[in-house]
Amino acid sequence: MTASFELVCPAGGLPALKAAVDNGANCVYLGFRDETNARNFNGLNFDDKNLADGIKYAHDRKVKVLVALNTFPQSANWSKWTAAVDRAARHGVDAAILADVGLMDYASRTYPQLRLHLSVQGSATSYEAINFYRERFNIQRAVLPRVLSLAQVEQVIKNTPVEIEVFGFGGLCVMVEGRCALSAYATGVSPNCNGACSPAKSVRFVDTPEGQETRLNGILIDRFGKDERAGYPTLCKGRFDVDDETYYAIEEPTSLNTLQLLPELMAMGVRAIKIEGRQRSPAYVAQVTKIWREAIDAARRDGDKFTPKAAWMADLNKVSEGQAQTLGAYYRPWK
Amino acid sequence: MKLTLGPLQYYWPKQQVIDFYASLADAPVDVVYLGETVCSRRHELRAEDWLNLAGQMASTGKEVVMSTLTLIESESDLKALRRLVENGLFQVEANEMGAVRLLAEAKLPFIAGPTLNVFNAETLKFLAASGATRWVLPPEASREILAGLQAGRPQGLETEVLAHGRLPLAYSARCFTARRFNLQKDSCEFKCLDFPEGLRLKTREGEAFLTLNGIQTQSAKTYNLLIDLPALQASHVDFLRISPQPEGTAELIAIFRRAMAGELTPQSALDAATPWLTDGACNGFWHGQPGLELIAA
Repeated sequence: MTASFELVCPAGGLPALKAAVDNGANCVYLGFRDETNARNFNGLNFDDKNLADGIKYAHDRKVKVLVALNTFPQSANWSKWTAAVDRAARHGVDAAILADVGLMDYASRTYPQLRLHLSVQGSATSYEAINFYRERFNIQRAVLPRVLSLAQVEQVIKNTPVEIEVFGFGGLCVMVEGRCALSAYATGVSPNCNGACSPAKSVRFVDTPEGQETRLNGILIDRFGKDERAGYPTLCKGRFDVDDETYYAIEEPTSLNTLQLLPELMAMGVRAIKIEGRQRSPAYVAQVTKIWREAIDAARRDGDKFTPKAAWMADLNKVSEGQAQTLGAYYRPWK
Repeated sequence: MKLTLGPLQYYWPKQQVIDFYASLADAPVDVVYLGETVCSRRHELRAEDWLNLAGQMASTGKEVVMSTLTLIESESDLKALRRLVENGLFQVEANEMGAVRLLAEAKLPFIAGPTLNVFNAETLKFLAASGATRWVLPPEASREILAGLQAGRPQGLETEVLAHGRLPLAYSARCFTARRFNLQKDSCEFKCLDFPEGLRLKTREGEAFLTLNGIQTQSAKTYNLLIDLPALQASHVDFLRISPQPEGTAELIAIFRRAMAGELTPQSALDAATPWLTDGACNGFWHGQPGLELIAA
């Protein structure tokens, strides 16, 4: 295998960035402290000082820094996003991860040397879409939404010169990223425009005789029995009634884990694998990065004979949402 | 302002689809969007059936547009998309960037659909330069966002806004209708046929919240901008879109017409539409609020 295979890890702040770098990430991705990125949460992300320190720390150790500017600017606040592109370019980041067509147009015209990645928020699921961004904006890499099966990922790779990055581990968006307004419908906070989903400010945990309830802007997302641990009310991971049955109608609280697919992903020419979780702790980033580094190195060495160690899977399970894991859309029956 | 009938979101038996459009042959809509936009497994109408239907609707004097699938996954999805782009007779509404690429390459004018995420004038200008002659506001966008887009809108580009219908909120690789019946998408038994308005998802308090429509998730409430007609007119919107529903579409078209002509006040128009707003009305997105809210104009 000659092509590189990069491990792309999340950095919600400088300590997480260092944890990723120290544990074997090839790239870290991060965002600024506003709605220009899809993890616009309080206490998260980078100001100029942290960014400069983080880039130096990473570059000194030959690790790349990618900046996610992957939400959709609106006309009234357009300049906030172009300023963010300017800032990323000024700091010498290794790539900007964009979703908005207008912003990509700006970035490619203003900074032709700035490497551009198409964000998962760009909702590009076919090589026709990816090649369009390539022709128009010279994107170098595309992150695939979590909707394609393995065979479909391979079909994309065979038909585009653009590097393909896929999600490997972490919180699972069941919906096509960039095509989900569920949070906006329930709370007014839009992943596309505000960079947050099911925001904490709209969340209430309420104790009732029937159990603990989790509510999002007043809407009952789930109700937990005495033996159950109440989870965060992410809208698509609640229990609802459909046609007289109560169940996780959209998805269970679960995390994506594709560790066992590593040899196949490598063999078909996937160029990078992304770990989700900029909102998670530095300890999470350290642990997950370490396991995936070991696994990637083992898969490169062992090829088809690679099997994930039981200890890796157990440790990843502990940090998974709902302590449960899925192969998601890579595995057709999930659909 | 003109009136359009958006693409059918649900899966109905072939005869029901044909009868539905036949019943609207004389309805006062200016544009009809046809084609399957939600799920590639839905095949009651094949591509040639849709094109035949398009020919029939065009013969009634309406502008006909063929809409593309929103989520492309497989090579056969792309094949169907190419065929639609090359139909040679009707304009195409592009609902993802692959369609935009094919249309731009063929130098065909197109309509930029509601899932292209047009939130700023720069994106709008880019799409217009690529061949878009009309664009549809993403349903989650507010009138403020629209104002910013209209201010920077390239000359000649027409603006369309969804004004009635359950909100298309999300798309997934997974089929939630099949999931309800413990079926996989690949062997879904075409359960969507049993739910001509989708499957209502309720909270455990019995509040209708969402609608499961195959791989698409809609609102339970119906988005309706009748009481916001004056604001839509002031926003220089060229087309209002009505989304098809099994009952009441013709009546809703008539109500919109009368309201647009000033024969009904916005509030009396909304009152008149109430029988066809099962699970209630909402217009929060237009006002920059949670989408499920209903806000007085």
